Amino acid sequence: MTDGADLRSITSIAPLVRSGVLSPSTLVRECLKRIEARSSLNAFVTVMKDSALHDAAQAEREISSGRYRSALHGIPISVKDLIAVAGTPTTSGSAVPPLHPAADAPVVRRLRDAGAIVIGKTNLHEFAFGTTSDETAFGAVRHPFDETRSPGGSSGGSAVALADGMCFGSVGTDTGGSIRIPSAACGTVGLKPTLSELPCDGVVPLSTTLDHVGPMARTVADTALLFRAMKGTAAQSIAPAGGRLVFGVPIPFFFDRLDGDVRRLFANTRRALTAAGHSIIDLSIERAAWTPDVYLHIVLPEASCCHATTLDRHAAAYSPGVRLRLEMGGYVLAEDYVRAMRLRDVLTAAVDDAVQRCDALLLPALAIPAPPVGAASVDVDGAREPIRAIMLKLTQLFNVTGHPAVALPAGSGHDGLPRGLQLVGQRGRTERLLDIAAAVELQITAGPGSVGGGTG
Amino acid sequence: MQIDAWLAAARADAERRGLQDLQPLLETLARSTRALREAHDKIVKIAEIARIGNGAESAGDGTVPPRHEP
Repeated sequence: MTDGADLRSITSIAPLVRSGVLSPSTLVRECLKRIEARSSLNAFVTVMKDSALHDAAQAEREISSGRYRSALHGIPISVKDLIAVAGTPTTSGSAVPPLHPAADAPVVRRLRDAGAIVIGKTNLHEFAFGTTSDETAFGAVRHPFDETRSPGGSSGGSAVALADGMCFGSVGTDTGGSIRIPSAACGTVGLKPTLSELPCDGVVPLSTTLDHVGPMARTVADTALLFRAMKGTAAQSIAPAGGRLVFGVPIPFFFDRLDGDVRRLFANTRRALTAAGHSIIDLSIERAAWTPDVYLHIVLPEASCCHATTLDRHAAAYSPGVRLRLEMGGYVLAEDYVRAMRLRDVLTAAVDDAVQRCDALLLPALAIPAPPVGAASVDVDGAREPIRAIMLKLTQLFNVTGHPAVALPAGSGHDGLPRGLQLVGQRGRTERLLDIAAAVELQITAGPGSVGGGTG
Repeated sequence: MQIDAWLAAARADAERRGLQDLQPLLETLARSTRALREAHDKIVKIAEIARIGNGAESAGDGTVPPRHEP
């Protein structure tokens, strides 16, 4: 469990750091201690102890001399080990020889410019090509509340690091749900912005059409701080959206098969939002059921293309499952890839239509709780479901269409494991979506085991 | 290319390359491709109907031939 972890939000400690009551060095040392104490979770691939302590000392000097940069100044964050951090290998969670970037990815550089301290690189599903973070050369990532469970993926190490108090923010990537799935499984917050809103430069690609980079944190306000810094705008706090909001709940397809506690906690959220004066309408996203087939015919050939050279040279170094999926992509016909790209336009128009009828779509982020490590399938609603398909089901559409989507905690199930909600906004209106998410977060009473339900 | 012919060729190629574990994945992919093509055909038909409704001449394959002014 997460006993003894410092799970405070960035917004709550930033004033203490600014006033000198709390030093960045203390924060970094506490995070390092936590990472070491909980090494069995395999959350980190590389811990940047020396550089983090050096950066913390520098932040202290700047802050004490009146050069406070932003609410992220002196705050320890982690970076998924798929993203370039200068001077540190990018392993992508693989035994394939790593990259050695000379420069930070732009999103990392911007976070550093805002004063954030990179404490280490987090473990992931190899090359971000999976949802369970157990196919990795650095040991299966384990859930902080139950080590027999997967935290989800592919940004599993980032979500674990946040849920267990090893850092205060993280940078993840999301090609089919890789930020939102582990956020939902671990009770944290994760944002997939609008497509192309944040640069993917310096990120090892998986699918050039579907890849997104985004922030992960313990609260919506912290996620917004990171997002704005990653965009290169001022890292200022947000205000929950005011007034009466209208939420659209897309019932067909998305609610076909859900774990009982996911359904129960979603109903609780509906009731809480209605009681707070907001409106909820049921709607349908036309042809949403086509999503898995469209997604598959885009992600497989694009991933296969991205890995063609490396796969040729280092096939044996890949995890068997990841290698097979990459090999499979080589068999997708060009004509079917073109069909999928055409259908992507159809789905994009359908989601555009749905989000224009409300302020945001509201649905669960993950149909199941954190699954057992290594499970190939799980029982959901009395049926056996393949693990990847059921974990991607509620998130992948919004990678296909590029709409911004955020996962936030919905509370915990009877098993003590978190469940997650998802809000989806209009393309290009990610800031508005975060304001709405902050308003929803206020209405959620998180149960025991959930770490991100409040705003403190 | 027809899906059955594609699947047979893909399975033979995977076999030749010693990737036996790929066989069930290729079966899954074939089912998904079938569904993708059905979805695509539906969209093409809807687009054709809309174009014909707007007075365009259908080429029968989802495309509309360019109009030539007399």
